[in-house]
Amino acid sequence: MIKTKRLGVREKAIISAIFFSLIVVLIMIAGRLIPIESIMTDLTNINQAPSADHLFGTDWVGRDMLLRTLKGLNLSIWVGLLCSLTSSLIAVVLGIIGPIFGGVVDEAVAWLVDLVMSIPHTILVILISIAFGGGFKGIVIGVAATHWTSLTRVIRAETIQTMESEYVKTAYKFGKSKITVCITHLLPHVIPQLVVGTILVFPHAIIHEASVTFLGFGLPPHEPAIGVILAESMKYLTSGQWWLAFFPGLTLIALSLVVSQLGNSLQRIFDPATAYKI
Amino acid sequence: MLNSKSAVSYASKKLLRLVILYLAVMILTFTLVQMSPIDPVTAYVGTSTKVGAEQRALIAEKWGLNEPPLTRFFSWFTNMIQGDWGESFIYRRPVMDVIGQKFGSSVALMVVAWFLSGIIGFALGILAGVKKGKLADKLITGYCHILISTPTFWLGILVIIVFCVNLGWFPVGLSVPIGTLASEVSIMDKISHMILPALTLSVVGIASICLHTREKTIEIMESDYVLFAHARGESNYSIIRKHLLRNVSLPAITVQFLSFSELFGGAVFVEQVFSYPGLGNAAVLAGLRGDMPLLMGITLISVLFVFVGNAIADILYFVIDPRIREGAHEK
Amino acid sequence: MSNSPIFRVEDFGVSFSQYKKGTERTELHVITNLDIELYSGKILAVVGSSGSGKSLLAHAIMGILPYNATVYGNMYYEGKLINKEDIIKLRGQTISLIPQSVNYLDPLLKVGKQVETSLRFSGKSKEEKKKLVIEVFEKYGLKPEVYDYYPHQLSGGMARRVLLSTATLANSKIIIADEPTPGLDEASLEEVLTDFRRITDEGAAVLMITHDINAAKKIADNIAIFYAGSTLEVAKIEEMSGDGSKLRHPYTKALLAAMPDNEFKPIPGVQPMPGDLRDGCLFYERCPICTDICKTDRPSLQTLREGKVRCHHAT
Repeated sequence: MIKTKRLGVREKAIISAIFFSLIVVLIMIAGRLIPIESIMTDLTNINQAPSADHLFGTDWVGRDMLLRTLKGLNLSIWVGLLCSLTSSLIAVVLGIIGPIFGGVVDEAVAWLVDLVMSIPHTILVILISIAFGGGFKGIVIGVAATHWTSLTRVIRAETIQTMESEYVKTAYKFGKSKITVCITHLLPHVIPQLVVGTILVFPHAIIHEASVTFLGFGLPPHEPAIGVILAESMKYLTSGQWWLAFFPGLTLIALSLVVSQLGNSLQRIFDPATAYKI
Repeated sequence: MLNSKSAVSYASKKLLRLVILYLAVMILTFTLVQMSPIDPVTAYVGTSTKVGAEQRALIAEKWGLNEPPLTRFFSWFTNMIQGDWGESFIYRRPVMDVIGQKFGSSVALMVVAWFLSGIIGFALGILAGVKKGKLADKLITGYCHILISTPTFWLGILVIIVFCVNLGWFPVGLSVPIGTLASEVSIMDKISHMILPALTLSVVGIASICLHTREKTIEIMESDYVLFAHARGESNYSIIRKHLLRNVSLPAITVQFLSFSELFGGAVFVEQVFSYPGLGNAAVLAGLRGDMPLLMGITLISVLFVFVGNAIADILYFVIDPRIREGAHEK
Repeated sequence: MSNSPIFRVEDFGVSFSQYKKGTERTELHVITNLDIELYSGKILAVVGSSGSGKSLLAHAIMGILPYNATVYGNMYYEGKLINKEDIIKLRGQTISLIPQSVNYLDPLLKVGKQVETSLRFSGKSKEEKKKLVIEVFEKYGLKPEVYDYYPHQLSGGMARRVLLSTATLANSKIIIADEPTPGLDEASLEEVLTDFRRITDEGAAVLMITHDINAAKKIADNIAIFYAGSTLEVAKIEEMSGDGSKLRHPYTKALLAAMPDNEFKPIPGVQPMPGDLRDGCLFYERCPICTDICKTDRPSLQTLREGKVRCHHAT
């Protein structure tokens, strides 16, 4: 057996998974530690361009944009978590009951996926948000209800494949009920996909939340959300305060990239095909 | 050759599916709007106190708001299929008129963005796929992943900061100069106001077509028939020209037609940021002001738009791919 | 017919690197110590059961293995040592591969157009090329319409003949056929084998990689027994009959005995997995004449009675 020191796909994946989860945890801690009161208006320091004192500059009432951004990211993470957990819950339930019960149930699931996919997401999120009276509840339901479709397809395919395996057929022959088979054989199989899927939905969720909030259908204007910050910045674009929009948006993108990298790394670790890729 | 009988049965099956799906979209849209706590009468008359409770009750009566939901749905539904989409509160005009007027500007914007993103994305995707694992591939996929994580509206804001505020190449805001009558708007004005929104929208669209083309390219370059082509001494250039382009074009064009949903979603943000007077802009306005007839109308139009894309993708496969053509033939 | 081989492969090996468990990596040796000689006008059948790594052999010779594969050993063409670049120049013209199935044809390109690729250096006009393709098709019993077929319209037998046409048109001196027989009905099998014999009689050297001893016996001149990634014996095809007393290796003898026409006696045990890096003979657990030296020393390929054998106790 020849062993080499060179880092392969799996080693790199583990290192990056650890690195990226650390970044997310750090943002969450930072967001927690910043009390909302510390983001004070400071009228002697309004409209400051980025400098050593205020890395992201200050806004029209002198609030520090770095602190506002961190607070906003923290909120994004919580909203994103809630959305992605809800949508993966929908995905795992629909993705497993479809194949288990088969027939009409399975078709109904496939059909529901088609239904949600056929309406442009932005429009559907706006409609759902309006239906639930907007605000926090509206945006979370709206984003969760539009992001479960692709993960449902993945889990459905995985379930169908597992159900065709000999051990599941044998379990049925031993008279195991559908629920037992589901819990003992199917769920463990879809867990890696589910974990990766949930993490990969997260970046979409935070971007969508910020976007819909920007349009005015999401989090209310008094929340320290990135979407709110960016919507406000529109008013100051022509007067040259580019930093109001630039840094909050950039950090949101960075956060979403970090989380998708985390998801991709985990996917590579779980994927048996990487056995042949060095 | 195409067997006309099987083609007809294939098409009618697809069509029936779309019609049923469309009915479901209508039910869903209606239900969501009914669930909303927004009072249509208030949205219509505004919050002014000039309109008394009696008049409000009269309007509610006239609109059938006191009827049971099912009755209301059926009367709405019959009106819709007869072409009466109601009246927009904001524009005080029939929804059909408003949509008809805005649809053209939105489609112009989307068509330009669709072509640009399709051509650029396809070319970059092939380059990345052929150079899999090399620097060019890493740069292109990295760029696409950043794009996927970039909110469309933020990109629009950046474009405004750079091209309108800093460089001053384009005016900020409305699609036509303020104070100009619609009839006086020259075609050049329209085009110059469309450049930035269209560019922004196409940049966003590149990522999905590019990544998809890259995946397909890699799959094809690792396929048995490309392997055999190598074994027959065909050069890389000849393999790309003869086998890759032929096999990757169809899936790429299909994906591009299936992307109408994302395209429309992106247009909503781009139109909002650039104050471009299209359907997306109207949808946001309708949503914020509680103009439900207009919002429902735009939703249904956008779904129709998506369906047209899906149908074209299906037809293309049927007409171009000999395997599917034969498959339908045999059945 | 010349006595020196037109193509020779010497001490040939293929290995893949892969993850074994978690992040533990290993080098998987699929083919080791392989020696093969091809002569013009002769068919050498490389026979091995599935899992012996034989299908990789064709791809390794043509230089089309995936990137995590390493190929060792020497190849000689007309007595001259050749390298990877030489193979790239030779392949498709002098050396042709006949792949396993219709999947090796571009699904969206007409069959005739694909076969025509073999004529791309001929300098002939479009019409002439098409005429030549149709002539070769007719030679192999394919209708001229096949030119306009797409690959999915071909039956298994037709696909083999179309693939064979590519080698015929290129006028290849060396043909490597990877499993030409599976999935064919009795009639098409006979026809395909006849076609292979014909192209050989016209002067080509054919390497036929197969798991089907019967097919090999019908057309091959020599047979190489492939086992766990290595050749155990090279024999004349006549020797693969009767009681097998002319055979040299215990595995070949057992293989012959296991055939339906003979005692139909299976050999106990299983072939070692790829990656088994033992020092001893690959066959020793299943060998009836195994001694201590077989467990510690890998025998080398030695010449015996005009054939070759890899056994310490060969007689």
